[in-house]
Amino acid sequence: MQFPILSVLIFTPLAAALILLLLPEEKKSWIKGVALAAGIIVLALSIWLYANYDIAAGGYQFQERVDWLPALGISYYVGVDGISLPMVLLSGLVIISGVLVSWGVHDRPREFFSFLMFLGASVLGVFSSLDLFMLFFFFELAVFPKYLMIVIWGSPKTREYGGMKLTLYLFIGSMLALVGALAIYFGSGLRTFDMLALENAGFSLAFQRVWFPFVFLGFAILGGIFPFHSWAPDGHVAAPTAISMLLAGVEMKVGAFAALRVGIMLLPEGARQWAWLILALATVNVVYGAFIALIQTDFKYVIGFSSVSHMGLVLIGFATLSREGLIGAGMQMFSHGVMTALFFSVVGMVYDRAHTRDIPKLGGLVRKMPWAAIGFIVGGLVSMGMPGFSGFVAEFPVFMGAWRAAPVVAVIAVLGILITAGYIFLTIRRVFFGELPEGLAGVQDVTTRDKIVIGGLAAVMIGLGVFPSLMVPMVESGVKTILALLGGA
Amino acid sequence: MAAGEFTTSMVLAVLPEIGLVALAAVLLVVDLIWRGNTRRYFGWLTTAGLAVIMLLAVLFARPAVEGALVWGGMLRFDSAGFVFRMIFLAAAALTALYTAVTDSVRLHGEFYALLLVSTLGMSLMASASDLIMLFLAIETTSIPLYVLAGFILRDQKSVEAGIKYLLFGAMASAILLYGFSLIYGLTGTTQLYNLGAAFQAGAVPAVLIAAVIGLVLVGFGFKVSAVPFHFWAPDVYQGAPTPVAGFLSTASKAAGFAALMRVMAVAFPEQSALWSTMIAVLATLSMLVGNYLALAQKSLKRLLAYSSIAHAGYILIGVAAGSEFGWLSSTYYLMAYLVTNLAAFGLVAWVERNTGSDDLSAFAGLSRRAPALGLVMIVAMLSLGGIPPFAGFFGKLLVFASAIEKGMVWLVLVGIFNAIIGLYYYLMVLKTIYVNEPSDTAKLPKAAVAWRVALTICVVGILVLGFWFGPFYSYAQSAAASIWIY
Repeated sequence: MQFPILSVLIFTPLAAALILLLLPEEKKSWIKGVALAAGIIVLALSIWLYANYDIAAGGYQFQERVDWLPALGISYYVGVDGISLPMVLLSGLVIISGVLVSWGVHDRPREFFSFLMFLGASVLGVFSSLDLFMLFFFFELAVFPKYLMIVIWGSPKTREYGGMKLTLYLFIGSMLALVGALAIYFGSGLRTFDMLALENAGFSLAFQRVWFPFVFLGFAILGGIFPFHSWAPDGHVAAPTAISMLLAGVEMKVGAFAALRVGIMLLPEGARQWAWLILALATVNVVYGAFIALIQTDFKYVIGFSSVSHMGLVLIGFATLSREGLIGAGMQMFSHGVMTALFFSVVGMVYDRAHTRDIPKLGGLVRKMPWAAIGFIVGGLVSMGMPGFSGFVAEFPVFMGAWRAAPVVAVIAVLGILITAGYIFLTIRRVFFGELPEGLAGVQDVTTRDKIVIGGLAAVMIGLGVFPSLMVPMVESGVKTILALLGGA
Repeated sequence: MAAGEFTTSMVLAVLPEIGLVALAAVLLVVDLIWRGNTRRYFGWLTTAGLAVIMLLAVLFARPAVEGALVWGGMLRFDSAGFVFRMIFLAAAALTALYTAVTDSVRLHGEFYALLLVSTLGMSLMASASDLIMLFLAIETTSIPLYVLAGFILRDQKSVEAGIKYLLFGAMASAILLYGFSLIYGLTGTTQLYNLGAAFQAGAVPAVLIAAVIGLVLVGFGFKVSAVPFHFWAPDVYQGAPTPVAGFLSTASKAAGFAALMRVMAVAFPEQSALWSTMIAVLATLSMLVGNYLALAQKSLKRLLAYSSIAHAGYILIGVAAGSEFGWLSSTYYLMAYLVTNLAAFGLVAWVERNTGSDDLSAFAGLSRRAPALGLVMIVAMLSLGGIPPFAGFFGKLLVFASAIEKGMVWLVLVGIFNAIIGLYYYLMVLKTIYVNEPSDTAKLPKAAVAWRVALTICVVGILVLGFWFGPFYSYAQSAAASIWIY
């Protein structure tokens, strides 16, 4: 038997979470040590997986399967393909970044890092699941760390509202998806939750048309689809920095990913029937999100709404159901994940030092914290889809796909990118350049740990922009599977 | 089987019941003998006795796969009876340990004896196969519970709880008995397993059968605290000694469900469409009313009472599905609910003892005053909310699945709507514990060993039922299959 590397990957954060809860509260350095060690292991394993995936062979690799409840056809079944592996890598990057930027947590650090690790295990579990039940199990595992981390460590003014709103929206989505998933289970007549078997169940067109909206929209709520997106900015802003990074960077991808895997891949004909609606909603996402971001005066809300806008591009890519669109969506999930994690980490660093997120009260910070400024600028360029950065590699194919599917969508969405350029430049100028307000004269530079996070995430985005071949062929191999399910094309 | 025949298998069929009677007698005797400090060990003695009974039952008194009527058709010795007995015995054992922190009852031997007699009644309820036996079993369960609810004579609330419970209970019993008497009048038999044939289409006017089913549902609806027969629950839970409230909400509810499922499956198989609809309506009402009223509660005990009404609704979804899989789901849900709710009530008992209040505000800052208990509360509340990896998640998934299998999508949509409301107030409890500032920041003292053992067992149970489904699923399956064969 081969080494169960995916299981080790999923259970490392879980084990770390449990170990942390058993540690004595006072041993703060041990607590951080355990969290850091778990983060490093996860990152190392995900890089190893990424490097050792055989792109030529394609399909689901590193598979493991153990019966969980055979009576109902539930198994612990993991495996990764060209779509999920970049997501696993993304999780690895963001989890360790989250640990590093949270080094200064003073209030109940044991619980903080433990819940953070639960969240990490949840996302890794979803990305690796090949069993529908297991996917749900891990999906919902994230509910309590999300809620508790926002209400305990979030920003005092809005944390109770933001945390509850986020949690309930996501729970509603997952419950709708659950109904759809159970319908798929019984409708297939196969009595199994094995998604690879369910892909070939041959659901009737009428069945797919009824149930596709349940699963796709259910999960897409977590992906931030309009008009169910409002949890995202409120929740992300209320959350502590590391959780904003994980929520916007990884959790939103969990939603999009599950919508793809369960919605589009199990019910492809349903996807074809409803593609027009997704396309329309996602286009609203892109433009509306960007416009709202433009008028925000709260630094963190700018990024919160930019996530809504960028996730729209992912969903547009899905809805084109074409090779280019899906490749772009896959790339955008990764690129946006890294970018938004970087954005939120910079926002957190600025807020920790300036004690305000009000943009009019900020300015000239490039002189005080150049690393943060550079990080934000790199993120901004990615966000606008500048060539040479990962955003270009991601957004360009999405637009190509959209142009083929519905030119009007492509035109409107490109407009969204123009607005993006607007709010990004405006924010950079107002926060990092110009006059330094008097109150901020004593601001300190970021710590070395912060620089590692900024440098690492920025390097990934630039690297991917310069060498798209590091990831595009992998995503392409995953897209092939989806296209086969969609019936050639 | 002829009435006079007497075999060892008959004795084995009621082995747990014999054990319960003997244990209750021992407690009454010991109550007279033990003085002073030793009286603290009543709880341990009860639990140890129950553990021995469970062990003996598992070793020697396992029913055959197909099940058989024993004692002249009064009882049916089958898996359903066996599995539910284990549920009741476990609940009684845990409750006896939890009483270690409830001063008003823990030194009274008769408290434990009554608890055991009530458990005996439940145990008979789960296997009764004759209407007369069933009614006697229900009364044997209920009468000690009335006394237990009103056990703290110096506390007006407790006495009020006892009397209220008695009045509502007597009323429900009367209605149930009226239903049973109609059944006898219509068919001339009290044997459950002959009723299915007697009620076949055309034999009895459909209106009368519907009336009978309605009357029976009122009786059981009271036992499981389904809306609109729930009015007793909040006041009784709040007034009764906290461990008793936990026992009422888990074991007593499970007993009601065990009897309900057997009666419906065995006596009215032909009318399943009718009672399925009636139960679906009860389920909908219970979920909506329970959750809606829980939102407004300030006292955690009352909140748990309304939540318990809502959970009766979720479990009724499985019953309404009217299939073997539905029965299985409800049984699994009951097991999950048992460990979950006992953990919650156990915690309430401890906080109540230390702060003198069961108000939500008394729980503020619990995570700082007792970090471990804060974590236990996370486990209990999320299991109630149906979040993995805790027991409640799989229970909810199963009942929803059973309804979808039967095409009752509307009922599941009502269910998920309620699951969301439910999650809201469970999270609010957690928020109180983790975010709100306590009025008193002193750490809570260490609780009695018995209490900690019980709480640990519950937490382990919640986790095990939450991801190691296999064994419990097969117990629930064997229980469901043994009722469903007719």
